[in-house]
Amino acid sequence: MPKVIFIDSADVRHTIEAAPGRSLMQVAVDNMVPGIDGECGGACSCATCHVYVEPDWQERLPPRSSDESFMLEGAVAVDERSRLSCQLKMRDEWDGLVLRIPETQG
Amino acid sequence: MSSQETTLVVGAGHAGAELVAALRQQQYSGRIILVGDEPQLPYRRPPLSKAYLSGEVDRDSLLIRSAAAYDALQVECLTGVAVRAIDRLGHRVLLDDGRYLEYSKLVLATGGRPRRLADPAADKPNVHYIRTLADIDRLRHDLAFAQRLLVIGGGYIGLEAAAVGVKHGLQVTVLEAAPRLLARVAAPEISAFFERAHRARGVDVRTGVSVESFSGTERVESVRLSDGDQLPVDMIVVGIGILPNVELALEAGLEVDNGIVVDSHAQTSVDPDILAIGDCAKHLNGFLCKFVRIESVPSAQEQAKTAAATLCGRFVPHTAVPWFWSDQFNLKLQMVGMSEGYDQLVLRGDPANESFSAFYLRDGVVLSVDAINRPQDFMVAKRLVAERIKVEPHQLADESVPLKSLLSSV
Repeated sequence: MPKVIFIDSADVRHTIEAAPGRSLMQVAVDNMVPGIDGECGGACSCATCHVYVEPDWQERLPPRSSDESFMLEGAVAVDERSRLSCQLKMRDEWDGLVLRIPETQG
Repeated sequence: MSSQETTLVVGAGHAGAELVAALRQQQYSGRIILVGDEPQLPYRRPPLSKAYLSGEVDRDSLLIRSAAAYDALQVECLTGVAVRAIDRLGHRVLLDDGRYLEYSKLVLATGGRPRRLADPAADKPNVHYIRTLADIDRLRHDLAFAQRLLVIGGGYIGLEAAAVGVKHGLQVTVLEAAPRLLARVAAPEISAFFERAHRARGVDVRTGVSVESFSGTERVESVRLSDGDQLPVDMIVVGIGILPNVELALEAGLEVDNGIVVDSHAQTSVDPDILAIGDCAKHLNGFLCKFVRIESVPSAQEQAKTAAATLCGRFVPHTAVPWFWSDQFNLKLQMVGMSEGYDQLVLRGDPANESFSAFYLRDGVVLSVDAINRPQDFMVAKRLVAERIKVEPHQLADESVPLKSLLSSV
């Protein structure tokens, strides 16, 4: 199974198997990754699953939807690496994807 | 904390699920047992009336966590089992299968149940409520065959059900006994917006009207309304509110007042070994500075985190700002704060475009915000409300002034 790596705000790496099709927010919640709450359950309504995508991965992910862009527009500590992990559904070819959790979600 | 300690959580909804995870996250080392009367592991309820009802997501994706995740957390999940009674002196509960479970700390996360129609017709098979997966599985079956849907109650659940009905090609009527939709929770301007939006999409919205009588033998076939009108129906969805499940607490002698009364640490006033969280809890919210009972997933999760801290011996008062969301058709509604006591409503954006925000102010301070198709406003709104920012109403209404700039204006 492909793996995804979450680096939490304390710089701890969590390497986790992620089933293709499962949202990366759900993968983080299942595995108690600190800093990913997923309060709205993936409805793109809360931005509590905000992550930074490491630079070499950014272009390999699908672009943000308009809802995701709008949510991020108002969120905290957002930059060009920002994504909402509930909107990213795991794919086989993302094996090794690195996601960093903002310090504001410590 | 002794590792011999047992925390027993009654109720496997959002609050219970969050609590067991938060306990482990906060290094709780005792035994954790989660008891729920539904057959499933904890699942997300909000999509029930939205994406799950309309068939966009499947059952598995509703689970808050997988079974393996509870194993990894060393949480014992007992599903399909109800708690019959609490024996406070014996520090144990009686299950409906006759077993007793002992606890050191007991957390009541018993949630709520839909308020039912008083009429005996409420028990007919084509009358539906929306709370559990079983409710929806039953409802979806009817939805596939019905042509005429009657929704009783013009609150969020009713309006979401109406939207799904329209999507399925049904002829939908919404009845609201109050003079306007969302009367308890939104400003008249917002009620008017939703009434227009639903009408424009084909929903027959009738306010100030209630059902006088139901007719039909096996199923409800028609209803007579308080204005004399007769409506034929194939199915009915009732969304007239939630009653908190407080019976266990009442029988155990705990304080109940439209919810199990707890302090800002989620502890009941009578018994410090018993806590209550989620929809069933009338809790002291430190941000609102009053006792409230809130039916909302984010609030349930925040209360769970508060309770977890209490159980770990760290007393962190509950000060979360409540927020809510609803999806109807292509309308994404996000709300934050409580509007009670507002003296001014300021709109940003034009409701006619179906993309605007409504700010409820008191003395210029932002109490709450309803954002419709404005997620960018909502995220800033959360901070305006949490930080009790005082704003100039004309700046709020002026879209050339970035909302974020108001955050630092004080």
